[in-house]
Amino acid sequence: MEWETVIGLEVHVSLSTRSKLFSGTASRFGAEPNSQANIFDLAMPGTLPVLNEEALRMAVKFGLAIGAEISKRSVFDRKNYFYPDLPKGYQLTQLDLPTVGRGSLCITLDDGSERIIGVTRAHIEENAGKSLHGVFHGMSGIDLNRAGEPLLEIVSEPEIRSAREAVAYLKKLHSIVRYLDISDAIMAQGSMRCDVNISIRPSGETELGVRTELKNINSFRFVEKAIETEVRRQQDVIEDGGRVVQETRRYDANRDETFPMRSKEFANDYRYFPEPDLLPVEIDEAYIEAIRQTLPELPDARKARFVIDYGLSDYDAGVLTATREMADYFESVAKDSGDAKLAANWVTGDLQALLNRKDLSIEQSPIQADRLAVLIARIKDDTISGKIAKTVFESMIKDQSAVDDIIEAKGLRQVTDSGALEALVNDVIASNPEQVQQFIAGKQQVLGFLVGQAMKLSQGKANPGQVNKLLREKMS
Amino acid sequence: MIEKTATELARALHSGEISSVELTKAYLNRISALNNQLNAFITICEESALEQARAADTRRAAGDSSPLLGIPLAHKDIFCTKDQITSCGSRMLHNFTAPYDAYVVERFNAAGAVMLGKTNMDEFAMGSSNETSFFGPVRNPWDTERVPGGSSGGSAAAVAADLCAMATGTDTGGSIRQPAAFCGITGFKPSYGRVSRWGMIAFASSLDQAGPLCKSAEDAALMMNVMAGPDRRDSTCAELETEDYQAGIGQGLKGLKIGLPRQHFAEGLSAEVELRIRDALAEFEKLGATVIDIDLPNNHLSVSAYYVVAPAEASANLSRYDGVRYGYRCEQPVDLEDLYKRSRSEGFGEEVKRRIMVGTYALSAGYFDAYYRKAQKIRRLIKNDFDTAFNSVDVIIGPTSPHTAFTLGSKTDPVAMYLEDIYTIAVNLAGLPGISIPAGLCGGLPAGLHIIGNDFAESRVLNVAHQFQLATDFHRQKPALKVN
Repeated sequence: MEWETVIGLEVHVSLSTRSKLFSGTASRFGAEPNSQANIFDLAMPGTLPVLNEEALRMAVKFGLAIGAEISKRSVFDRKNYFYPDLPKGYQLTQLDLPTVGRGSLCITLDDGSERIIGVTRAHIEENAGKSLHGVFHGMSGIDLNRAGEPLLEIVSEPEIRSAREAVAYLKKLHSIVRYLDISDAIMAQGSMRCDVNISIRPSGETELGVRTELKNINSFRFVEKAIETEVRRQQDVIEDGGRVVQETRRYDANRDETFPMRSKEFANDYRYFPEPDLLPVEIDEAYIEAIRQTLPELPDARKARFVIDYGLSDYDAGVLTATREMADYFESVAKDSGDAKLAANWVTGDLQALLNRKDLSIEQSPIQADRLAVLIARIKDDTISGKIAKTVFESMIKDQSAVDDIIEAKGLRQVTDSGALEALVNDVIASNPEQVQQFIAGKQQVLGFLVGQAMKLSQGKANPGQVNKLLREKMS
Repeated sequence: MIEKTATELARALHSGEISSVELTKAYLNRISALNNQLNAFITICEESALEQARAADTRRAAGDSSPLLGIPLAHKDIFCTKDQITSCGSRMLHNFTAPYDAYVVERFNAAGAVMLGKTNMDEFAMGSSNETSFFGPVRNPWDTERVPGGSSGGSAAAVAADLCAMATGTDTGGSIRQPAAFCGITGFKPSYGRVSRWGMIAFASSLDQAGPLCKSAEDAALMMNVMAGPDRRDSTCAELETEDYQAGIGQGLKGLKIGLPRQHFAEGLSAEVELRIRDALAEFEKLGATVIDIDLPNNHLSVSAYYVVAPAEASANLSRYDGVRYGYRCEQPVDLEDLYKRSRSEGFGEEVKRRIMVGTYALSAGYFDAYYRKAQKIRRLIKNDFDTAFNSVDVIIGPTSPHTAFTLGSKTDPVAMYLEDIYTIAVNLAGLPGISIPAGLCGGLPAGLHIIGNDFAESRVLNVAHQFQLATDFHRQKPALKVN
């Protein structure tokens, strides 16, 4: 039977505000346990929440970036449950009136096709602290540094149809929140987390199947694997005559299997009700407009502009705008070098290969944009050939001196002196009488061989254009 | 000297007639003589009080004439105080010292008032008789076999028995006004949002409000000048300019329109109390006011709505007491669930547990609409009733409580206890200011007169009360307490 997969994602991103959502405590990653928890974070009696307006601004910014409805009135609710890393015994979240309403995201698949995925809502909520089990003998540790950190939970419509689409959706979200500078969105550090709702149904069926939820997946790769594994499991269950049970499951990456979580870990009546310690959040059109004015150019718009302004292919423009840092890097190289096509080739080619090899992000590139721009400029002004440029590029990884100094120091400057080139060409003609005769007899292809010989003799430094021209003159 | 009002004491301190240290010692002596009988204080801060008194005298010598400088007061044990235990009347917090001062405490400290101690109260402010306190009931200075009212019973008894010049309290459904009525003193609940709740241990967040318990409306104005004001740490605190409440109490009552709610003079009101209130109304008419009958048609729903909203909020507010970070923890928990269950079962008293369960039930899936949402709608109707009434009257007057103080242990049915607050609860649900002032005695026990004002009409309410007290001396009546 042909099956269709139906996926909805709930993505949590940590908002990169300087302080927590309802207290003035800092929220830096990796600080000493419990060094970032004040009396409110510890839920001392008598303490009260005060909304961090920056978090609200960031949520509105995100909403505007995905073309969503922004609520003029949003309300925080208490979600009640007991756990030691939740000191108040309730989490503040937005149940019925979230700040961000319905919007959408355009995802690009590997074959270059695009799909629009609906976003149901995005609400602001507090993070819980962290429980450390097995670190202290016979006890659990609680670290409240994270407790109260602002999160934006972005809920998609069940419109995603494959693991790859899910990953494309996540990457697009990742790209947008980073363009907006509202989150680091580092999955490995937990500043972006993902819960996946999955069901399957026979192709053509319109009713949804019973879904399972996979909790807290923390890498793009695992999302893809976890979904594929769970979809296979559901197919096996149904094809064996069983039924999928609605439940929460955990993905074990080591065994590449999903397991049901103990029902106690999630089955709760959360007894939501509006947080009486906070007033409803009310914003007006002017507030929203002011935030709209601060929106940066977003990935889709930037990609379109790269195609038009720099004459890039859709594919290259897509690769170069996937992250804001990559796009900034490229644009800087393109402008400084004066050759966007070369810049695109270098950035997506040699530079990307280098970063992959060393497992670095573009911000950590050992070759900064301004230096790559000089290298490209030297190709354009014939100081070096494209081939020599690769040698210079390799040297630039370790050698931080000026590009021109590297070229000089290694004697890689292209030979353009006509006397020296003439001697070189004469040498080649004298050493290859047979090929010269063939050329004169009309066999044009031999010219390439002769140019190659000249380049070899000059160790690549001869200007191939000039050599070409001189050879033609001499042999005519 | 200790029987004087804070306003009078301020004058005596200013003129040098007495020092703060002398006054503080006098109150401390009175406390040590009477607290055994009354159980009004949970914590007595002898040393720090004398230290604060000396500091106040030094400030005065340096030319400081802040109105409350050097005046001894007591704080309800619901306000967090650095360096002193804040128990909230509960075993759960019997060993808890807050690392910070509540806003109200901060303000009185800055004003130079002297904190004598922390007063007894119903556990987590849940009660109308002070009998739910982990530290035992407070006794009424007018008759120690009777309750002082609650939940601010310790503060009310302490003021009535001259164990302090003035005290703070909190009022969620009548917890300042009802004990003020039972103890024959002045107790004022400001509008919701007038006084910051920062550092005030939450019972029901949308209803809780701090206010003064004192010996006159003039003293309440004096205290409000210190307590009121916007505070960014409480998002529900009104961002309104503070008024000079003392300056606002000098207006005559000619032309004042008083609303008399039929529903506050219906079945259940004791004939004697009604008589005192009718007498007071006659007095107001003498002062130039006119009395108009009004309706508060949804008043009968207020207790029911309150006992959904308040427990619902409380059930979440009290979740933080889990034995993990502070407060009471059971012995030798075997696992997390055991830690939670036993710490909370052993740490909370019966009434608190009852309300947590009621609130949890009201918020449960499937019941939320029938209880919580409906109660919020009733709340809106009750507010509308008041809005309508205030279109035609300036203040609303009635009894604070249907009767005078009852005997200890006589009310065992929780619902009968909840009905204690039948006249006061609607005022909390509507967020309005209300004051209880003495209206004379019924068989040797004080009756309270309840004056309700419109939103943020604190000055008007205080003025009406003060004008009444200028013309009468019920607020000067004192219980005859014998020092054992």
